Amino acid sequence: MHTLVWIAAAVLTTLICGAVARAGDADSGSPWRVALTRLRDNHVAFLALCVIVGLLVMAVLAPWLAPYSPIAQPDIVRLKNLPPSLAHPFGTDFASRDVFSRALYGARVSLSVALLAIVVSASVGTAYGAIAGYVGGNVDTIMMRLIDAALSVPRILLLIAVLALWAPVPLPVLILLLGLTGWFGVSRVVRAQVLSLRERDMVVAARALGASDRQILWRHILPNVLSPVIVSITLGIANVLIVEAGLSYLGVGVRPPAASWGNMILDGADEIASLWWISTFPGLAIVITVMAFNLLGDGLRDALDPRQVDG
Amino acid sequence: MLRLLLRRAAHGVLIIWLVATATFFLLHLAPGDPIAASLDSPLTPPAVRTHYRHVYGLDQPLSVQYGRWLVMMTHGDFGFSFPHRRPVSAVIASALPNTLLLMGVALVLAFAAGIALGIIQARHRGRPLDWSLGLGSLFFYSMPDFWLALMLLFLFAFVWRLFPVTGMFDPVMYPYYGFWQRIGDRLWHLVLPACTLALLSAAAIARFQRAALLDVAGEDFVLTARAKGVTERRVLMHHVLRNALLPVITLFGLALPVLLGGSVFIEKVFSWPGMGLLTVEAIGTRDYPLLCAAVVIASVLVIAGSFIADALYAVVDPRVRLE
Repeated sequence: MHTLVWIAAAVLTTLICGAVARAGDADSGSPWRVALTRLRDNHVAFLALCVIVGLLVMAVLAPWLAPYSPIAQPDIVRLKNLPPSLAHPFGTDFASRDVFSRALYGARVSLSVALLAIVVSASVGTAYGAIAGYVGGNVDTIMMRLIDAALSVPRILLLIAVLALWAPVPLPVLILLLGLTGWFGVSRVVRAQVLSLRERDMVVAARALGASDRQILWRHILPNVLSPVIVSITLGIANVLIVEAGLSYLGVGVRPPAASWGNMILDGADEIASLWWISTFPGLAIVITVMAFNLLGDGLRDALDPRQVDG
Repeated sequence: MLRLLLRRAAHGVLIIWLVATATFFLLHLAPGDPIAASLDSPLTPPAVRTHYRHVYGLDQPLSVQYGRWLVMMTHGDFGFSFPHRRPVSAVIASALPNTLLLMGVALVLAFAAGIALGIIQARHRGRPLDWSLGLGSLFFYSMPDFWLALMLLFLFAFVWRLFPVTGMFDPVMYPYYGFWQRIGDRLWHLVLPACTLALLSAAAIARFQRAALLDVAGEDFVLTARAKGVTERRVLMHHVLRNALLPVITLFGLALPVLLGGSVFIEKVFSWPGMGLLTVEAIGTRDYPLLCAAVVIASVLVIAGSFIADALYAVVDPRVRLE
């Protein structure tokens, strides 16, 4: 579990540093710097980015921030189901565990699952879309027909069926399944983009200069596909967070005693009438996180759109 | 027009075949087999197990099983549900109407609310009302459906006691009610689940409708209408809205998978006896055939929905028909 958290944190840091570095060392007219400036000027999106960074910091520092252990059950008779108080800001659950500490550790699990799943989705989706768009013709038609078929299966039902039949599923497999069911949208976006880029003068020029397909794809096409992919990654994280929460709520996602926001909601669901705090706080955490990613995604879409001219 | 629809229908059938095939292999890649949960106990003698595997054709080669599965699908036969002790098709036939009722009501509510919100936002573009409504719908759009259902259940059924807690009708009084009372009781039980489901989709529809309206508002014919001296209200309702409603039809096809997925959670929270609740219960009982049937039927519903959306689009928009 811990290795996964560190991998997720490393992936995100690399992404952010990469984007900032590209904006930094390029000359002032670079589209990345323009995008970064636009994002900074968009107060809502910038606030959302701050919230996300704050949540990530909280997730990484959970062992030092959490007042109690997320799995210890100090006194399951006297300390169970306590309403929120100063000692337990979010109350305690049926096993006398501190809901606030569990929510902090849940952030680790939920965020790293979402981040790693989206890395899988983005890589597979980009590769698939790029191949379909670049090769074109019948290959493209067949590949896109398969995407149509995949998109007509409700994702949550498919995941429920797979996870129920394969139960119990270890966390890496859950991440892989979430990633492998979430790339269809990305591949459509990438394909459309590649299809139009393929006919641009710069690609024709590169081909006339004797560049190989590989060079053209890596150096001329993929860098230009990055912006829409970044937008769909951001919106995709929001989506995958909700899907994971739903699966964990049904008991087929992240399994107890590990805390994820989804299975914490399950802990309080049957007692919602009297013990409202157990389900309410983790749910609020999901709403805040998902909303931040959605707002950032909207902001990035506006910021990365080169057709939009400042003024 | 007819050719377009026929082509779309052929695509639909092709996609259903792909989904059915994928589901079949999903079923067979999974550990165990459909009758493992009910037979693989140490108390069952091996001879009985082999006998039942033979009866259900599970000892046949994969290709034979695949062929039989396809033939069964075309007959609407999804196998036998051991936990329910009935054919899967019978189990689903009793649950599907409840889900369709819930989804139908939610769909109508969601489109009415979403389109209205979109219009209000577009009319007040850039002003605080637009901004706050946009943020509000994003707030609901960002909610896990089951959590919203739980919160509404907590507030409306337990704190304020305005609506019944679960089920489709009053478990005690229902048989004693007259006709109109029964209808009223059912509607009463429908309010919370349908509104929860509608709220989530309405948020997405509002975002889409606002964008579509603003897109059309930039067109030349809108400028012409304004230049002629048409009132702002008339420009919006007659010139812009008519054209901006077209893309919303596409949304009808896109909303179905979301609604079907959402109904799983809503039905669980409100104990609504539909497909979603069946699916959730099938997790615990490891009911292979039922789970696979749920995936296939949901996909067929989605494909049918997008076919209807395409057909509607062709009827409303002459540009599509002429292509």
